[in-house]
Amino acid sequence: MAIDSDRCTGCQACVAACHAENNLPLSDAESAARGRAVHWIRVDRYYEGEFPDIRVKYMPVLCQHCDEAPCEPVCPVYATYKNPEGLNVQVYNRCVGTRYCANNCPYSVRFFNWFDPVWPSPLDLQHNPDVSIRMAGVMEKCTFCIQRINRAEREAKEEKRPLADGEVQPACVQSCPAEAMVFGDLNDPESKVSRLAESGRSTRLLEELGTQPKVFYLQRAT
Amino acid sequence: MAIASKVMPYDEVRRDLWRPLSGASSRYIVVLVLLSAVALWGLVAWGYQLYRGIGVAGIRRPVFWGFYLVNFVFWIGISHAGTLISAILRLTDAGWRKPVTRAAEAITVFALMIGGMFPIIHLGRAWLFFWLFPYPNSRLLWPNFRSPLLWDVTAISTYLTGSIIYLFLPLIPDVAQLSTHAAGWRRLLYRTLSLGWTGSDREWHALERAMKLMAGIILAVAVSVHTVVAWDFSMSVAPMWHSSIFGPYFVVGAIFSGIAALLVVMSIIRKTMHLEKYLTPHHFNNLAKLLLLMSLLWLYFTVAENLTAWYGNEPKEMSVFGARVRGNFAPYFWIMVFCNFAVPFVLLGIRRLRSILTATIASVTVLIGMWLERFLIIIPTLSFGRLPAAWGHYAPTWVEISISVATFAVMGVLYLVFSKLFPIVSVWEFEPHSEAEE
Repeated sequence: MAIDSDRCTGCQACVAACHAENNLPLSDAESAARGRAVHWIRVDRYYEGEFPDIRVKYMPVLCQHCDEAPCEPVCPVYATYKNPEGLNVQVYNRCVGTRYCANNCPYSVRFFNWFDPVWPSPLDLQHNPDVSIRMAGVMEKCTFCIQRINRAEREAKEEKRPLADGEVQPACVQSCPAEAMVFGDLNDPESKVSRLAESGRSTRLLEELGTQPKVFYLQRAT
Repeated sequence: MAIASKVMPYDEVRRDLWRPLSGASSRYIVVLVLLSAVALWGLVAWGYQLYRGIGVAGIRRPVFWGFYLVNFVFWIGISHAGTLISAILRLTDAGWRKPVTRAAEAITVFALMIGGMFPIIHLGRAWLFFWLFPYPNSRLLWPNFRSPLLWDVTAISTYLTGSIIYLFLPLIPDVAQLSTHAAGWRRLLYRTLSLGWTGSDREWHALERAMKLMAGIILAVAVSVHTVVAWDFSMSVAPMWHSSIFGPYFVVGAIFSGIAALLVVMSIIRKTMHLEKYLTPHHFNNLAKLLLLMSLLWLYFTVAENLTAWYGNEPKEMSVFGARVRGNFAPYFWIMVFCNFAVPFVLLGIRRLRSILTATIASVTVLIGMWLERFLIIIPTLSFGRLPAAWGHYAPTWVEISISVATFAVMGVLYLVFSKLFPIVSVWEFEPHSEAEE
């Protein structure tokens, strides 16, 4: 995935889309203040300059699907692991809730189900049937909308054709009005996301930790 | 103590040490009931947490580990009382150890039982704790041996098994003697536990060898256990956790708090069970000197840990370090330094001040200080993660506080029951016959 920070307006459409797509539990103001809110993607704000000459930079942060993910080796029950396509996936059924992965994630993009999730009516009627509801006591995080990837791969296979570049769009990418986010196959050097990752504006978050994240942030070199 | 056996006839020793086993004073009953009530309250709190979800505790994003893990590290630390004191003293054949070892070994077993519960209490789905045991699931998937938590499970269960054996071995001659004098269910209990001990030369030699062997094994296991507990933290990439000093730092802290716990327990049983003749100022003096030594070692490690972080001036580490020494965690940090260093250094370092009373006071402050140390290692690092956008503060709820307090009551209950069933000071080691044997 590539995210153009210079294009991001911080509108939070990605956050809302992710909530709807992935059946994220909702939280009220009180539990959010207690640090219990779940947002698989969040928009971090960085301020540059002194008031009134201030410039805000937005940075949507989601699971970076690291090649060398710090969360993976510490899980005692293999609830989080690297799947064959290179995605860092979370197996809810295996998770016992040690929360070690979340402590070891430098990006703080892992979330815990402190209670069984509840949705105020009628939101409980709009669940996405392709995404499971998580019970109390398990970890969860961004999946790059693996249900959409699987569906597109299945359809392409049925039609006996390769998956086209840009055919799969996670909810956040699809909903971004500024078209700041691009999703694609990094293993294909011709894909749009691979070309963006190669560009001179490309950086990665906390790259110095050697996690080899798969989200590339594009920003003007200053 | 060797002197006691020379001065006092064995029959008198036996009468003294067996006396607490029979009957129960009203004070004993009251304390037992009170402690059981507190322990029960902790169970209620845990039940509530299981029923509602672990969200009833104060842990949150990003502080995913809170009081439960603090207590875990603290109690595992306390468990180093028995092993270290008794194993080292047994291996070096220090004669003064004799009245102290049983009390210390019992602390080890009980503290481990309590400490070992905390990782389970802390699980999001505690009822699935056995998924961490090393056997494959129905899809032939084994647990992840790369995870430090699995090392923990392995280390702690080994340690618990070892320390139960280590407590049990020197108990055998005692229960054998007791079984000939007791009646009713006690007789049955002691007879069963004595494993048919007759006191033949062969049995004595076997026991002697087994105890020496276990002392050696348990020492290695004890050091490795607390190192593994430290590795839960230092194997991560979190600032101020990712530190190579953590292994030995935790072992030193564990021995430090273990000796403090032993001193507190000793001064309590000395008064309540009238063991003044056996637990003499000589024992307290020796252990107090050991406590002072560990206090200095602890200070050395703390300075080494913090000075290098401060001098290195790495921004991520500095935000944790700053919060610890001058930010919102500073009061706890300086109380910890006061409790762990200033108090023992003054009270035990100045010979004129060193007494049973001051050793007990210093031990209590050390226990407080070491609990705070565990807190200060775990919480600030999690509060101040790598991305400032995800910083957050943790405060415990009544559930965490209840369970934490209850564990101290559980310790008390276990100790009270143990001291009613078995002589808290090893009796047979005062026997002149076995003295000559050694």
